[in-house]
Amino acid sequence: MDALNALIMLANFVLIPATAYGSQLALGALGITLIYGILRFSHFAHGDVMAIGTAVVILTTWGLQGAGVSFGVLPTALLALPVGIAFTILYLLAMDRVVYRFYRRVRAKPMVFVMASLGVMFVTNGLTRLLIGPGEQRFADGARFVISARDFRTWTGLSEGLALRSTQLLTVVVALIAMGILFYFLNRTRSGKSMRAYSDNEDLALLSGINPERVVMITWVIAGTLMCLAGTLYGLDKIFRPFTFFQLLLPMFAAAIVGGLGNPLGAIVGGYVIAFSELGVTYAWRRFAGYFLPPDWMPEGLMQILPVDYKFAVTFAILVLVLIFRPTGIFRGKVI
Amino acid sequence: MSEPFLIGDAMTGGYGGADILHGCTIAVEKGQIAVIVGPNGAGKSTAMKAVFGMLNLRSGAVRLGGEDITALSPQARVNKGMGFVPQTNNIFPSMSVEENLEMGAFIRTDDYAQTMEQVYTLFPILRDKRHQAAGELSGGQRQQVAVGRALMTKPSVLMLDEPTAGVSPIVMDELFDRIIEIARTGISILMVEQNARQALAIADKGYVLVQGANRFTDTGEALLADPDVRRSFLGG
Amino acid sequence: MNPTLRAFLLFGLVGLALLFTGFNQSWTLALTILNMSLISAVLALGVNLQWGYAGLFNVGIMGFTAIGGLAVVLISADPVPEAWSAGGLGALMGLALGAATVMAAIAVWNRMQPSLARVLALIATLVVGYVITRSVFAPAREAIMAVNPATEGYLGGASLPVLLSWPVGALFAAGLAWVIGKISLGLRSDYLAIATLGISEIVIAGMKFEGWLSRGVNNVAGLPRAVPRPVELQGSGFVQSLSERSGIDIVEMASIVEKLGYAALFSVVLIMLIVLSELALNSPWGRMMRAIRDNEIAARAMGKDVKARHLMIFVLGSAICGLAGAMMVTLDGQLTPGTYEPLRFTFLMWVMVIVGGSGNNWGAVLGGMVIWFLWVQAEPLGRAVMELLTSGMAEDNALRIHLVTQAAHTRLILMGSALLFMLRFAPRGLIPEK
Repeated sequence: MDALNALIMLANFVLIPATAYGSQLALGALGITLIYGILRFSHFAHGDVMAIGTAVVILTTWGLQGAGVSFGVLPTALLALPVGIAFTILYLLAMDRVVYRFYRRVRAKPMVFVMASLGVMFVTNGLTRLLIGPGEQRFADGARFVISARDFRTWTGLSEGLALRSTQLLTVVVALIAMGILFYFLNRTRSGKSMRAYSDNEDLALLSGINPERVVMITWVIAGTLMCLAGTLYGLDKIFRPFTFFQLLLPMFAAAIVGGLGNPLGAIVGGYVIAFSELGVTYAWRRFAGYFLPPDWMPEGLMQILPVDYKFAVTFAILVLVLIFRPTGIFRGKVI
Repeated sequence: MSEPFLIGDAMTGGYGGADILHGCTIAVEKGQIAVIVGPNGAGKSTAMKAVFGMLNLRSGAVRLGGEDITALSPQARVNKGMGFVPQTNNIFPSMSVEENLEMGAFIRTDDYAQTMEQVYTLFPILRDKRHQAAGELSGGQRQQVAVGRALMTKPSVLMLDEPTAGVSPIVMDELFDRIIEIARTGISILMVEQNARQALAIADKGYVLVQGANRFTDTGEALLADPDVRRSFLGG
Repeated sequence: MNPTLRAFLLFGLVGLALLFTGFNQSWTLALTILNMSLISAVLALGVNLQWGYAGLFNVGIMGFTAIGGLAVVLISADPVPEAWSAGGLGALMGLALGAATVMAAIAVWNRMQPSLARVLALIATLVVGYVITRSVFAPAREAIMAVNPATEGYLGGASLPVLLSWPVGALFAAGLAWVIGKISLGLRSDYLAIATLGISEIVIAGMKFEGWLSRGVNNVAGLPRAVPRPVELQGSGFVQSLSERSGIDIVEMASIVEKLGYAALFSVVLIMLIVLSELALNSPWGRMMRAIRDNEIAARAMGKDVKARHLMIFVLGSAICGLAGAMMVTLDGQLTPGTYEPLRFTFLMWVMVIVGGSGNNWGAVLGGMVIWFLWVQAEPLGRAVMELLTSGMAEDNALRIHLVTQAAHTRLILMGSALLFMLRFAPRGLIPEK
């Protein structure tokens, strides 16, 4: 019974939240890795474009809520999602047209693209704040729990409760669907295969008659969709704040690098690796240990390896380990 | 007499700096094999790239089936029925063999299943490895993928840049046999080769280039028999 | 136009802009802007050293500035004896044990043959080391932070002259840069970017959380000044006579004199750095660095140890960032870990270098001054523009109120646009590399 209780507790505080967070990171990292594979630069504006897309979703959600529209048990934000995705895609395509396309034409070095994405980051950050302000916004509605801790206890008679928030379930379901569609697209469709071909060998792709501008456009469309999804799911599950989204850049990049830059499967695995490590290391294991240790063996402290304030340190440590021991990442992405 | 099927006529040009080609002429007849040989730095690959439109000519012209295609981009030349196999980086390494062939057929809107079947008949090993990533294959097999990819557009001319670079002699013979087979189906072959002796042996026409200009031009057989060519370029 | 003349004109324009601010707004504001532009110029020099000379992309400038700022506290603040007796020894022991753990782990890894046993031994060393370190460190940390938490709760500093903290701040940043550089240099340049981005977030997290060291979000205020306070200056006969002769109020005059004092100090540092950078740039060493930047493969083929050169320049550039960070905290007279944010402390520096002219020291300095001026002045300007744009709307129009209250954020858009514009149309900056 103790072991079961301990397992439930672990699921409640680490496994479920980490799965949800990992899915959000994976969606973000997928965008980073696709942009890296096709356009061959690190897209530093990723977090901020996620923020502006999510801001549009939030504003649309408020509009819908104001008009009395609701989506039953599901968050209204899901109805607003298409608007946000469309906006994000158009925004990225506009940035590509105004900023990046020129550097593609002159075949600029990757660092110039990165610098340009810094400029886009600044502009986007400013626009987001202008649009919705720098503060926190909440926009989740609908049913709060799929399973609440109290119900779980009554059903099972266990002393530990297991809560599954609807946003967590939603995150995982939406992420899985998105990933499924993406992999189907990349591996089964002509356009998807042309993207992989372009990522593999740009010159040969050109020789085969693959239109680079079309590939780039598809990439932005996919990346924009993933970004808006990731941002909205994160915002629903946790909180929306422009600066928090900017800070997501680090774990998202770490996920992409850990998995192997340019490798979509790697980005997903990397996302979960980062999320599980972050929550595992910052979780207070004291009560968990209490189920296994005799009372007089119990240590004094919380048994937390690192305080939550250092969650970036966990991401960073994983990143450093990968850089030292396997710079190409778990799934051998683009060589360094 | 009528003009050859594909001709790069008196081509002069380079990659922007000094000229590499000086009035160089390369041609191939329908269903024949033409081979370009010559010492290192003679401009062999450059001549082939010029025919394919990968560098700008200052003078001269390229004509395919009588049509002047000098101003066309390489991609447009693919649409006109030219296939090109680069010397290196000529496959999509992370994609399967079959996907490599599919990408070769990217510009085709009709059903290419039959063409793929022909490629598999030509290179049976590729059929066995069709679901394997092309980057995991051996050097000779990768060259087969590369040639197969170029064949997928059903080209009328196939251009090969040193197809046997870095493969073993046995594989080389095998590849040459396949190239002869391809030529028999009516496809013209234009190829640059380091292994001059073996290549000239299968060539209908041979071009010996030196410093970007034609030095000797004759049938492959005649060049192999020519004492000057033997002494200077075939090592005796 | 002659490049030298062009540079003089551009610097002249910055001077005019400051004078204009002085006459139309206030001299205190003009001098505040001047002081921060001088610090920004120093920072830009450091970033330019890394980017312009070596093409290294450092996205962790904030971390290096912050750790330089911490040096000011550790050097110049008064020590807290109660805290030292409560847990000083424990904290130092804890740090030593932590360092010993890391060294032991490295020794295990290097000495043992690659095997599963090595991995297990490494993990065991880290776990045991962690538990021991923590058991010593955690109680000491708590004890220190419990000492008079409202005003102290930290170990304090060494009570040494505040100017000494500037080189120490540079040293701190250099040490941090060495570790990061060791790990991520020699890999793709993007990796250095991500690694520096990560370390800067960790440094800030550390400064916020390790209250025993930096008082965390409670800030360390009242640090010793490098120049007498305005209150003290008001009593000086010199300032009084200045005030009488110029007709400027004594309070404002004292503040002006104080700020001029800082400006003089900062100028000395800036000029020294410019001279050193220029000498370095034109020395054989500087030529080698630029050769490496322009063609890394060729330089490597000639037998240059590119990674070691990059590490050196990365450490030097970061040290300058640390120095600037210490200068900034000295100017403010307080350490406020909560105010470090990457847009302002990292990415703005990049705008400065790109706009000014990467690879050119004068360009970097000019960029630092111009961009800082714009950064400060863009806020009122943005509000004015918004008010003008929305003047057709009703006073209580929700959109108008929203736009005007959020107008401050337009400066981010302005900075980003400036960066994008320069990158596209004048990629070599206002004063291009020679």
